[in-house]
Amino acid sequence: MEALRRPVTLAFFALLAAGAVSPMLIGSARFPQWLEVALGGLLTGVLYSLVALGLVLIFKASGVFNFAQGAMVLFAALTLVRLAEKMPLVLAIALTLAIMVAMAWIIERVVLRPLVNQEGIVLFMATLGVAYFLDGFGQSVWGSDIYTLHVGMPKEPKIILESVFDGGVLLDMEDVVAAVIAAVLVAALTLFFQKTGTGRALRAVADDHQAAQSVGIPLNRIWVIVWSVAGLVALVAGIVWGSKLGVQFSLSQVALKALPVVILGGFTSIPGAIVGGLIIGLGEKLSEVYLGPAFGGGIENWFAYVLALVFLLFRPEGLFGEETIDRV
Amino acid sequence: MIYRETGQFKTTYASDQQLFPILQDRVFVIGLLAFAFVAVPFLATDYLFRAILTPFLILSLAALGLNILVGYCGQVSLGTGGFMAVGAYAAYNFAVRVPQLDLLVVFILAGLCAALVGVVFGVPSLRIKGFYLAVATLAAQFFIDWAFARIAWFTNDTPSGSVSAPPLEFFGYLVHGPQEKYLLVLAIVSVAALVARNLTRGAIGRSWMATRDMDVAAEVIGIRPLTAKLTAFAVSSFFVGMAGALWAFVYLGSWEPLAFDVNRSFQLLFMVIIGGLGSILGSFLGAAFIVILPLVLNQLPTALGIPLSTAMISHIEFMVFGALIVFFLIVEPRGLARLWAIGKEKLRLWPFPH
Amino acid sequence: MKRDLRIKAAAVALAVAGTFGVALEALAQSNEIFVPVLVYRTGPYAPNGVPWADGFVDYLKLVNARDGGVNGVKIAYEECETGYATDRGVECYERLKSKHPVAFSPLSTGITYALTDKVYGDHIVLITAGYGRADSVDGAVFKWNFPMLGTYWDGADILVQHVKKKGSLKGKKIALVYHDSPYGKEPIPVLEELAKKEGFELVKLPVTAPGVEQKATWLQIRQQRPDYVFVWGWGVMNSTALKEAIAVSYPRGQIYGVWWSAAEPDVVPAEMAAKGYNGLALGHSAEKTNPIHKDMVKYLYDKGQGTAKSKDEIGSVLYNRGMLSAILTVESIRSAQKKYGNRVVTGDEVQWGAEHLTIDATRIKALGVDGMMQPVKTSCADHGGVHMARIHTWDGGEWSYTSDWYKSESNVLNPMIKASAEKYAAEKKITPADCGKAS
Repeated sequence: MEALRRPVTLAFFALLAAGAVSPMLIGSARFPQWLEVALGGLLTGVLYSLVALGLVLIFKASGVFNFAQGAMVLFAALTLVRLAEKMPLVLAIALTLAIMVAMAWIIERVVLRPLVNQEGIVLFMATLGVAYFLDGFGQSVWGSDIYTLHVGMPKEPKIILESVFDGGVLLDMEDVVAAVIAAVLVAALTLFFQKTGTGRALRAVADDHQAAQSVGIPLNRIWVIVWSVAGLVALVAGIVWGSKLGVQFSLSQVALKALPVVILGGFTSIPGAIVGGLIIGLGEKLSEVYLGPAFGGGIENWFAYVLALVFLLFRPEGLFGEETIDRV
Repeated sequence: MIYRETGQFKTTYASDQQLFPILQDRVFVIGLLAFAFVAVPFLATDYLFRAILTPFLILSLAALGLNILVGYCGQVSLGTGGFMAVGAYAAYNFAVRVPQLDLLVVFILAGLCAALVGVVFGVPSLRIKGFYLAVATLAAQFFIDWAFARIAWFTNDTPSGSVSAPPLEFFGYLVHGPQEKYLLVLAIVSVAALVARNLTRGAIGRSWMATRDMDVAAEVIGIRPLTAKLTAFAVSSFFVGMAGALWAFVYLGSWEPLAFDVNRSFQLLFMVIIGGLGSILGSFLGAAFIVILPLVLNQLPTALGIPLSTAMISHIEFMVFGALIVFFLIVEPRGLARLWAIGKEKLRLWPFPH
Repeated sequence: MKRDLRIKAAAVALAVAGTFGVALEALAQSNEIFVPVLVYRTGPYAPNGVPWADGFVDYLKLVNARDGGVNGVKIAYEECETGYATDRGVECYERLKSKHPVAFSPLSTGITYALTDKVYGDHIVLITAGYGRADSVDGAVFKWNFPMLGTYWDGADILVQHVKKKGSLKGKKIALVYHDSPYGKEPIPVLEELAKKEGFELVKLPVTAPGVEQKATWLQIRQQRPDYVFVWGWGVMNSTALKEAIAVSYPRGQIYGVWWSAAEPDVVPAEMAAKGYNGLALGHSAEKTNPIHKDMVKYLYDKGQGTAKSKDEIGSVLYNRGMLSAILTVESIRSAQKKYGNRVVTGDEVQWGAEHLTIDATRIKALGVDGMMQPVKTSCADHGGVHMARIHTWDGGEWSYTSDWYKSESNVLNPMIKASAEKYAAEKKITPADCGKAS
């Protein structure tokens, strides 16, 4: 079975690509419309990866599957939007960042440290508890209204390639800007991990906790740093999603969408989060627009999961994830 | 001193293998059942039946099912709400399309349908483990949610998608009124708990636990992972499906697909974790905790005289909920059932110091 | 170890004590009429639920403060948070039932469906003003449901009437973007019926709750180019719909929202870009200067007794709707008292009152809501009382009426209502009452 992994994965991708272009080959879709949907899907996928990035970071460094990432996104967005009502935006961002770092410290101290040697499921449930707590706390402090986040994102779409195609291809400019922000963030994070001392320490901890401790890396401090970085990522995701949807309670549900992304990409890989996001976003939107009508609509919710599930059957550890070797 | 087992000798294998070998346990359980069946219908108020006891019993049945899957077999599942929905809609379709069937038969058939669906969605567990499996079960949850919202046949072509259960008739006897519904649910749940307990004590239960503890080693000694995992999914989904049918027919009366969404799955997982993984008693304790907690939190501010808006109460509910989960996980990760066991241990000596 | 055990024991003891506390319920004062209020102030539907709840509770407070109650009998009320979830709504209902409520307003079609079965046995009135089961207009079957002011079938029919005025609908395409729940699915039978009759194509686009994923929906709309889009959303689905519509450049003037999708929380997030968006106005829009609003300020907000966080909320669309719901409830109680005496009336008596409710133009003026509703007259055969609405449009800063009053087509709707009610009666083994008999 293992020797077949590579060809099977390639076959999966070939199938995926075939499925993606099938609306034009089998169905009656025209290229410009297909391109619109595909671009929209890719861009949405980038937004999912933003949330998935936080998940991957924390799992990589502390082995905890942080279900509270969505709640962190919501909390960061809520804090920012409410503070921005009272002070200039840049100051609000800085203050929110400080609050996220403080929150990271509190979580590490109160939740993670007492649960250090517990099994994965227990830690997962603990982050679920943190998610509920943050949901309630954020709303009780800042309120449950929809708040508009003004960060200067473009709202009107842009029609491109009008000369080539009749009617042109619609591009959602807000999503494009979000994708650029995500790209910058990923580049910054990659630089951080490769070039700085803290980044290398984080990678050491992700590799092997005990070995890292034995060379003198302070585990607790590293965990606070990781959760703070995840908090920063949550803040960026909160800004982008909040500007798009308005800052409201359902923002924390977006995290549920990040799960298939992480599955596809692998729990421990940052490029995996990006690639996984692109695949999920693309698959989701194409399926909803072209496959959906045959089923009556509304299929994108489960299609992403089913896609990830099918992929898992062939590669249980995800695209770029570490292969787990079972030992008795 | 109360819980001492000295003086209790067993002279046959059968008496040694019985469900409650210690006399005090037997007395307690039989006493509890007698109290629940005989005394409670006269003592409790309507409100207690409708809002606390009936949902508690139904949800503990669902938690029982989930505990078999997560606690005894180690397969994390976040799709329990979907299986409850399968049970509920299957029961509805049987009751409406084949009205000659008695409701008890309908419930069992609903459980079987849910078991079938559970097996189908459990197949990935043969390849996938841990969190990956949890997320894969979310696929089941969302797909099932969508299927019941979209496919009109399941809801008997009601345009609104909201269906309501027919009157509860068991062997010609019409069950109405909170007491009778409570007794019905109590009877079903008692039988189910007995069955579950015996299953987990038997060979099949041991194969589940072996798979949970070290699946590769289990395979090495001859336990087929296919059988173990799929039977766990089947039995678990049977209980969960029956609980879903009961929830829809007895408690809600009228429901739509959103009644069994992903929040329900999380709620059940909380019950199982807080109650204690791998313990039948734990399912009941966890269900009691989760059912009572929001009610307590709702009443507490008014009882203490602090005026709070309903929004604030709701938010505090969330916060206390989350905090309590973390608290329990830190203080006793093995759940309330473990606390109970510790209590019994202490009772062996108490009030003596040694 | 010992400290650990003590903490655990304390937690368990607290839980047990709490359980006993829950079992005790306080009874309402016996000289007050109890009106429970099922609301949602949290969750994805909160932005729309909060102003409605504020309006409802404010009116109850006003009746107590300004009028000394209903004919001298004060109203006791209690809010219960449902989060728009059916099971929580049922739990609230069961909990508050022991306080002898006379009428419930569930503010959720899903919860209405669940409670409809229960109120038969409990004898409690369900006033579902502007929502609920459309077939509950038939009072012979649905004795306890009162979908006053208008149902979704009325709304769908009126929308089609309005767009038909702009030009024949034959060959045109109308898309329905709806919340995938009983609420969103309610207008579909009427729209399908009208599609056959008028010759337009109905494209159904469901949006999974809570409705923040609509990019694919609106990309489909861009491809299909329908002439009109009807939005049947709630909570955050509404503002998301508008935002996505803006993102695909669909002309806002061609979008029509039902009366629950055309309020401030839905358009304010998109601000000026939502200009031109139309919605159904269930009689009222965002009137802020009626006598009733002045009373609210005078008797409640100036004394710090108002429910809303700020005075600006008074008179917003959903605030007015909550207020009107409360007015209908109180008027039903008043109508019951006219027959049974000025005392604490029971559920049965309020049912009679609601079934014989007449709010004429004089009364509307006296209530201070002139221009916000049409006269209402309920009867056994028509539990809705009135089936009229008009259109209002958002101009970037305010709502303003852009049409006359429409009345829904009873020839189209009545047969459908009758058929649906009969099906329900057969399923539930209910004998429909004889509306011909005077009562």
